[in-house]
Amino acid sequence: MSAIHYALRSFFRELRSGEVMVLLAAVSLAVAALTAVGFLTDRVSRAVERQANEVLAADLRLRSPDPIPTEWHELAREYELRSAETATFPTVVFSGDLSSLATVMAVSTNYPLRGQVRITEQLFTDQRIAEGIPAENTVWADAALLARLDVDIGDTISVGELEAKVGSVLTYRPDQSIGFASLAPSLILNSANLNDTGLVKTGSRVRYAFLVAGIGENVETFYQAFEQLQPASVRARSREEGSDRAITTAERAQRFLSLTAVISLLLSAVAIAMSARRFAQRRLDTVALMKSLGASQHLVISSASGQLFLLGILGVVTGSIAGFLVEKLVVGLLGEFVQTDLPPIGWGPVFLAAGSAFILLFGFAMPALMQLKNTPPLRVLRHDAMPPPISRLFIGGCSLIAVTVMLYISIGDSLMLLLVLGGVLAVAALLYIAGRILVSLLGRARTGVGIAWRYGLSNVSRRGRDSAIEVVAFGLGLTVLLLLTFVRVDLLESWQQTLAESAPDHFMINVQPDERSSIADIFRTNNQAIPEFAPMVRARMESINGEDVRERRYPMEDGQWMANREQNLSWAKSISPTNKVVEGKWWAADYAGEPLVSLEREAALELGLSIGDKLTYIIAGQKLEATVFNVREVNWDSFQPNFFMVLSPGSLDAYPSTFISGLRLAGNKEQVLTEVIRTHPTVSVIDIGSILLQVKGIIDKASLAVQVVFLFTLVAGLLVLFASVHATIDQRRFESAILCTLGARRSTVVAGVLAEFAVIGMVAGFLASLGASLLAAAITVNLFDLEYTPNMLLWAAGLIGGVTLVCASGYLALRRAISVPPVAVLRA
Amino acid sequence: MSENMNKQAVLTAKNVTKKVSSPEGTLTILSEVTFSVQKGESVALVGVSGAGKSTLLALLAGLDLPTAGEIWLGDVNLTELDEDGRAAVRASNVGFVFQSFHLLPSLNALENVMLPLELGGDGNPRGTATKIMERVGLGARLHHYPAQLSGGEKQRVAIARAFATRPAVLFADEPTGNLDSVTGEKIADLMFDLNRNSSTTLIIVTHDSSIAARCDRRLGLEAGCLVADEKKPQ
Repeated sequence: MSAIHYALRSFFRELRSGEVMVLLAAVSLAVAALTAVGFLTDRVSRAVERQANEVLAADLRLRSPDPIPTEWHELAREYELRSAETATFPTVVFSGDLSSLATVMAVSTNYPLRGQVRITEQLFTDQRIAEGIPAENTVWADAALLARLDVDIGDTISVGELEAKVGSVLTYRPDQSIGFASLAPSLILNSANLNDTGLVKTGSRVRYAFLVAGIGENVETFYQAFEQLQPASVRARSREEGSDRAITTAERAQRFLSLTAVISLLLSAVAIAMSARRFAQRRLDTVALMKSLGASQHLVISSASGQLFLLGILGVVTGSIAGFLVEKLVVGLLGEFVQTDLPPIGWGPVFLAAGSAFILLFGFAMPALMQLKNTPPLRVLRHDAMPPPISRLFIGGCSLIAVTVMLYISIGDSLMLLLVLGGVLAVAALLYIAGRILVSLLGRARTGVGIAWRYGLSNVSRRGRDSAIEVVAFGLGLTVLLLLTFVRVDLLESWQQTLAESAPDHFMINVQPDERSSIADIFRTNNQAIPEFAPMVRARMESINGEDVRERRYPMEDGQWMANREQNLSWAKSISPTNKVVEGKWWAADYAGEPLVSLEREAALELGLSIGDKLTYIIAGQKLEATVFNVREVNWDSFQPNFFMVLSPGSLDAYPSTFISGLRLAGNKEQVLTEVIRTHPTVSVIDIGSILLQVKGIIDKASLAVQVVFLFTLVAGLLVLFASVHATIDQRRFESAILCTLGARRSTVVAGVLAEFAVIGMVAGFLASLGASLLAAAITVNLFDLEYTPNMLLWAAGLIGGVTLVCASGYLALRRAISVPPVAVLRA
Repeated sequence: MSENMNKQAVLTAKNVTKKVSSPEGTLTILSEVTFSVQKGESVALVGVSGAGKSTLLALLAGLDLPTAGEIWLGDVNLTELDEDGRAAVRASNVGFVFQSFHLLPSLNALENVMLPLELGGDGNPRGTATKIMERVGLGARLHHYPAQLSGGEKQRVAIARAFATRPAVLFADEPTGNLDSVTGEKIADLMFDLNRNSSTTLIIVTHDSSIAARCDRRLGLEAGCLVADEKKPQ
């Protein structure tokens, strides 16, 4: 008789008879949780990534000094990608006698590939999303430019030889943050008019960009092919280089979602472990009987493994379908956030969930199956004959390896894996020890209480190790639930705080030193807060410690780029409240010595600089040497004007500087801003509010997704509680029957059961609150770079939630078992 | 016991001793038990509770190993075999009937009877099982699950399962212990009937004196020692 044959036949019979249903439910739920979370995080990650890509107006932006050849478009088409191109150059535009420097961007059809251009027909009023690009011979121009040229919508301006009509006021373009500090007011025109301007000649400062967008994998393969074919002078701008702010947020959102997936996975593992143990225990009699009838050990182990395998397959199929349906539901709920043009969900999450389910199933069930193999056939005559116990080291080892492998496959982030796994193991150990102590204490505390409590307490005490394991299980479930709830709330609050209501929504740049007071007057007369101005000096780095920046080697590729580009330097007496010194110290407010420079941390890392290094700048043709004095961490989320390099007071006095200011305007903002640019034509006002909205959009949507995922994890947590109680159901059915036979009322039995669960819930709740607080602190500080504030609500939720959840799950799981007529139980 | 007897014996116990360790020290459950059983013989193992009957049955069937001594089933020394070896011997030579029936709840009656046939590699397990089910009077109950059968019917299925492989030896542990006297009587009739017709050797542990009286031979155990070996008067 072949093991597979037997496994197959008896599996379906056993399934029909219902004995395997508990484990199947655990596996299915694990897979459903993983696939749903997987599908969702897959989509949400892509949605977040896409949002982040908006700052490039594309998925990939390739910069080139030369015009974009048509072959590039053809190559993109080959990879089923959409493409567009831009040509950007500075020039002076005219209207009658008035002129202004402007950044002209000629865009081709399809621009922008990601994000939207916003325009309006009147200065500083409600904007709308632009459809397409400007028609030929029409331009869309910044409000500042219109003010400087004193033109309105419909007037004509000259861009080189091109006479073009102003079609709309340009209020936002997705890629405006690229080099926005160097912005002269910008103007968009149709690329069909580019040659009509007569400005594109040999030697003119035109920068070309080739934009592509499409399915992620295609973009990657396209870029690989592109790299082989194209000259090194073409520089790709990937999302990571696009915008620090949006990226930090997007990365946090992704980390948060993987954290959620990890926690769901751990919950599934706990549920599978418990059901697998029961699965094996319930098979001891069958195995003993089969052995007494002549079955070999090989047959026993093979058929049990075969059944487990079949169970896994069935669980994967049903779980994946459930996960798929839940994902569909969630996508429906999320509505427009998960964009319809996203590529369909892939098989990735299904394979991952299937792999996870099997690794967990075998990792956690194998020790129990190995024990089955050693079941003595003598058990058919003596029911107390048990297989020799398996080494706990072996059981623990199998489970730990399974979980670690699983976690590594699914998150691939060693730091998070270590933190989460270490935290969970520590909490489990703590819970187990506390559980054992509780059990021994309660054994003594049960005199002097009513019969229900005595029954409940004696149950906790008598089950000894099992009670401790229940505390561990409930406690772990609670820990992750609390962790998820409060880490989520705390982190979201921290996020929201970083985007405080007071964050600026406009930037004023190019303010001349003598214009500060007249601008301040305008704000004062309009009852607006007086803006603070930060000085800004354009500079280029020449050498670092005497070594030419062009020849120096940098620890990171970005360092090279940063060293060679034009820098915006500033100076300050005191450190900005949105900055924090992480190395060295800030200079004294009255410092007036040799120039010192404070570096932003990332910049220092990329450039390979440390305190004491000497930087030489060229500013307006003159040299300035400054010594690195400290390294700062900058909170870019604050949206305040911040600089990679800030010099000591007086260092830049000899050089021409302009000022920059972040504004938060209330009420009559159109009037104030219009007045500013009418009276100060060289000042540019940038509407950062749109970028802010974009970032807030990312955060809001990501947090909504996390909340939905969280609901799923809650269900998984409840399954763990349910599975744990279910593991003792036979014993409880029997005990309840005995008690009823002896004259106990049903309510007494129920009260006893509730008393038992209340105690377990309370201890687990207390310990889980402790564990979750510690883990939350570790995660908030180490992974998310945010400050942790202890939360008393977590403790209240832990205790009340612990008792309620454990009592409710316990009662639900046992309700039927303790209401079976005693005669039915005792006869069986 | 003569050498001559040994040669025809289907089951032989030689100086079988079983000791177990307990919190109170080592307990001797069986001590130097020696006997042999001839082919087709029916033997009752009797004694008070704790005398060692079930332990002896387990050792004779190779479900457990003695601390000392040998057990021979036919010409195979069970004490020299590992667990799989003993399982293989059981699959081809041994049948069991238990006090609490031990039917697999997930299999129906017919499938329970098919199980040892399949384990033993029978060419037509379904046909053989159906025939024997009809012989024990359960032809109409083939597809019923254990939960749907009465105690007597369950034990009939167990007997059908035990005889299905035409074992050389059938071990029965209190086969009527869970049944009322009328049903128990019928079950005993069935067992002895099959025993006679298939020349199977029958070893029964029983407290029921009427069953013991129907056996060819009665082995009495007391505190782990064989104290009586009586043949039924012809």
